[in-house]
Amino acid sequence: MIRFQNVFKRYPERGDALSAIDFEIQTGEMVFLTGHSGAGKSTLLRLIGLLERPSRGQVLVNGRNLGTLPRRDIPHHRRQVGMIFQDHRLLSDRTVFDNVALPLVVTGIHSKEIERRVRAALDQVGLLARARATPLALSGGEQQRVGIARALVGRPPVLLADEPTGNLDPDLSREIFELFERFKYVGVTLLIATHDFELVNSRQHRTLTLDAGRLVSDTGAW
Amino acid sequence: MSRRRLQRSVRAPRPPRARGPKFLERPGIWFNQHLQTLIETLGRLRANPLPSIMTVAVIGISLALPAALYVLSENLRAMAGGWDQTAAISLFLDLKVADQQATNLADQLKSWEEIANISLITPDQALAEFRDLGGFEDALDRITENPLPNVLAIYPVPEYASPDHLQALQERLLDLPEADFARMDTLWLQRLQAILDLVQIIALLLGALLGIGVLLIVGNTIRLEILNRRIEIEIMELVGATAAFIRRPFLYTGAWYGLLGGLSAWLLVSLSILVLQGSVSRLASLYHSEFRLSGLGFADTGSMLGASILLGFIGSWLAVNHHLRGAKPI
Ligand SMILES: Nc1ncnc2c1ncn2[C@@H]1O[C@H](COP(=O)(O)OP(=O)(O)OP(=O)(O)O)[C@@H](O)[C@H]1O
Ligand SMILES: [Mg+2]
Repeated sequence: MIRFQNVFKRYPERGDALSAIDFEIQTGEMVFLTGHSGAGKSTLLRLIGLLERPSRGQVLVNGRNLGTLPRRDIPHHRRQVGMIFQDHRLLSDRTVFDNVALPLVVTGIHSKEIERRVRAALDQVGLLARARATPLALSGGEQQRVGIARALVGRPPVLLADEPTGNLDPDLSREIFELFERFKYVGVTLLIATHDFELVNSRQHRTLTLDAGRLVSDTGAW
Repeated sequence: MSRRRLQRSVRAPRPPRARGPKFLERPGIWFNQHLQTLIETLGRLRANPLPSIMTVAVIGISLALPAALYVLSENLRAMAGGWDQTAAISLFLDLKVADQQATNLADQLKSWEEIANISLITPDQALAEFRDLGGFEDALDRITENPLPNVLAIYPVPEYASPDHLQALQERLLDLPEADFARMDTLWLQRLQAILDLVQIIALLLGALLGIGVLLIVGNTIRLEILNRRIEIEIMELVGATAAFIRRPFLYTGAWYGLLGGLSAWLLVSLSILVLQGSVSRLASLYHSEFRLSGLGFADTGSMLGASILLGFIGSWLAVNHHLRGAKPI
C-alpha cells in the first residue's frame, strides 16, 4: 500500500532530513514510526500525504507513483489518505462539527449524509456532546480527538497519524489505539508516528525506527 | 467528557471507502454545490456588512457615473427627436406660381424617390399662422395683398436624409422653373446629433475606464479575503478540496459584489431622475412641451447588471488566479 524506494528529503538550509529510506507497508497493516525528536517522522508522513515531494527516490501509494501524479489528482489522493496532524490544524472559527465535516464537504456529498457520518465519527472519538463547541473551547486532548475524527470521517483506506496521542492521558491513548486497531481489522492501512516508546512496546505492531533521517530498524510484520 | 461515555462510544468502524461519490454518479451534486456556495457567499457578505457595503458603494458610484451620462444623452436624443419632424427642406415657390399650380407640383414631386412626403403651405395658411402667432397685427392690417409665396415642406425618406443627399435634392429642386429659393433647416439638428454621439462615446469611454476601476476594486477586496482565509484554504487543501472547490466561493463573492454594485448604480440613477423630474417638467412646460425624463429602460438595466456581474466575476477571477496559485503545499 505504501512503498518508499531510496527516498531522500533535503531541506536546503538544513541538509538531509531523510536519507535512503526503503520500506513497504501492506494493505491493512498497522505500523508505528518512532525515533527521537527531529528524526524525520513528520517529514516522512508529509511525503505520503503529498504535502511535500522527495528530493530523490520514489514514494508509491496504492500502486501509484506520487512523483508522477498530476497536480489535479492531488485532491483525490488526499481524500484517500486521512491525516492526523501533530499541531491539530483545526479551524478555530468553525464548530467541532464543521471541522470534522470538512473532508466530506469538499467532496460535495449530501448534507444529510454528512450529518450522519460526522456524528458517527464524533461518537467514535467520544466528542458527540461537544459538536457545537469551537476548538478553542476544548482541551488539548479534545482538540486532538477532533483531528482524529476529521481524519477518519472520510473513511480513507490509509490513515497517517502524527503523535495522535501526544496530549492524551494513558487511558484515552489506549482507547484511541483500540479504535485504530479496529480500523486495521477492516483493512485500513495505518502509519502512526510517535515517540511514546512505552506505548509502542505495550502494543504489538510492526515498528519502523528513524534515527537522524535514516531507517535504523524495522521489526517486520508481527 | 466522561470516561464511561467514550468506552461505550468507541465502536467498530465501517469498512473503508476510497472516495466520495463520483461526480457522474450524482448529477445533482454539481448543481447543489453551486447553489450552496451561492447562498453561503451571500451569507458571508451579510455577516461582514461594513466592508461589503463600502465595496458595493464604490462599485455603484463607479457604474452610476457612465450610466447617468448615457441616460442624459438618451433623453436629449429623445427631446431632439421631437424636432425631427420639421421639414428637411422648405422650397419657396415663385410668387407668380398660383395655388393650383403649386398643388400640381406637389403631386408631381411626390413621385420622386428621395421624397417621403410633401405638404403645401399656401399663402393664406401662412398668413393665418402669422396672425395666430400674434404681435404682427398692425403690420398685417396694413397689407392689402398677401405677399407670401407658396411653400412646399419636403420630408425626405430616411435613406436620403444625410447632408450630402439633402444637398443634392435641394439642387434638383432649385432647377425646377417654379422654384424661387430653398432653405435647409437640419444643420443644427445634425450638430446636436453629433454632439450626442460624442457624449455617448464619452459615456462609453468613462464606462470602460471605471469598469477597469471596478475590476481592481473587486480584485483587491477578494485578495484581502483570500489572505484572511489563508489558513482555511490550506486546511481545505489538506483534506482534499479541489482547486475549483476553493476558488468557487471567491468567484461567487465577486459576482455578488458586481450584482449588488450594479443594483446600487441603478438605484442612484433612478433616484437622480426622480429628483430632476420636477424641474425638467417645469422647464419643458415653459416650452409648451410635455417632455419627461426617462430612466434606464428594461434592456439597459439588464445590460448594466449583466456587465457589472461580469466585471465582479472577472475581477475576482483575476485575484483568485493570482493569489490562489502557490497556495498549494507543492
Ligand atoms: N520545512 C522545513 N524546512 C527546513 N527544515 C525542516 C523543515 N521541516 C522539517 N525540517 C527539519 O527536518 C528534521 C526532521 O523534522 P521532523 O518534523 O520530520 O521531525 P520529527 O521526527 O517529526 O520530530 P518531532 O518528534 O519533534 O515531531 C528536523 O531537523 C527539522 O528541523
Ligand atoms: Mg513531528
